[in-house]
Amino acid sequence: MSDQSIIDYILHLGDNALVLGHRNSEWTGHGPILEQDIALSNIALDLIGQARYYYQYASRCINAADGASRPFPGHEALTEDVLAYHRDAWDFRNCLLVEQSNGHWGKTVLRQFFFSAWQFELYGALRHSRDSQLAAIAAKSLKEVTYHLRWSGEWVIRLGDGTEESHTRMEEALGDLWKYTGELFVPADYEKPLALSGVAVDLATIRPAWELKVGEVLEAAGLERKEGEWMQKGGKQGKHTEALGYLLAEMQFLQRAYPGCEW
Amino acid sequence: MDNQYTVQDKTSWPLWEVFIRSKQGLDHKHVGSLHAADAAMAIENARDVYTRRMEGVSIWVVESRHIHASNPDEAASLYDPANDKVYRHPTFYDLPDELKHM
Repeated sequence: MSDQSIIDYILHLGDNALVLGHRNSEWTGHGPILEQDIALSNIALDLIGQARYYYQYASRCINAADGASRPFPGHEALTEDVLAYHRDAWDFRNCLLVEQSNGHWGKTVLRQFFFSAWQFELYGALRHSRDSQLAAIAAKSLKEVTYHLRWSGEWVIRLGDGTEESHTRMEEALGDLWKYTGELFVPADYEKPLALSGVAVDLATIRPAWELKVGEVLEAAGLERKEGEWMQKGGKQGKHTEALGYLLAEMQFLQRAYPGCEW
Repeated sequence: MDNQYTVQDKTSWPLWEVFIRSKQGLDHKHVGSLHAADAAMAIENARDVYTRRMEGVSIWVVESRHIHASNPDEAASLYDPANDKVYRHPTFYDLPDELKHM
């Protein structure tokens, strides 16, 4: 296990949380009703909070790495903000699912549900990681994720099993998003050795529980999952859909234009 | 007959009153109101709107239309008569010194 693989893995976990947190924050002030605006903004803040833990940990690892192999040269003392605001799309290790556009409310809650169901199982397992930092972050975040899963699952059922229009829109959202769920269970190159050594979660072990949960909720929602559909992947290795570039352009603009700016 | 869950105004969800218990052993207190499609959503919304800063350990919600309130215009006849009934207060007992916390 090299320094680089653990750094990539931490960034993968942090980037998932930051990118989805940012996507959700795009709803702030635009939610369908005040109460749900607050609910989704709370989830956004939970995720950005998780991202901070991972970036703080990653920056400590990077700063401790020796000169030649040190990633992101040029930043003397790398901070969480540098990782969030000064990396480009190909440096991001998030899965493709979280960067997909918000679309309508139904698509946003379905994206959250797929992700939270995965993060719930992932953190449940990561609590037992041999890396004590990762185990601690997972244990702390699991309570938040438990609520995200409950909230998003309720919404998927409510809309899928709602009116004709809401059902049609959920089917459309499922069509948009299902192809990005396969990547959640494809280990990246940096992930495989870490899973063997008990630092990262072996994704094959959490897949059955995810399938079960997703199957239950989709069935209750009256939605039919697509079997055998071709699955997109690449985000975890830095190959993203165009959606991420637009997201970063907006999220990073201020720190790119005025580096180190505080307010 | 109207279904009791029929939303009269199709453009908005019913209003719910929210009661939060801030600590074990204390009473639930009214903290405000919110909109939700049903009781389950009302509790989730209450969690998100009213317990963000560790305000509570328990939530009650009740649809606002189920709350029946006294009429403020009748305050004089309802409450003023209690003003001169001082004998209703348990202040005329001689308490033994051994009794604490009364």
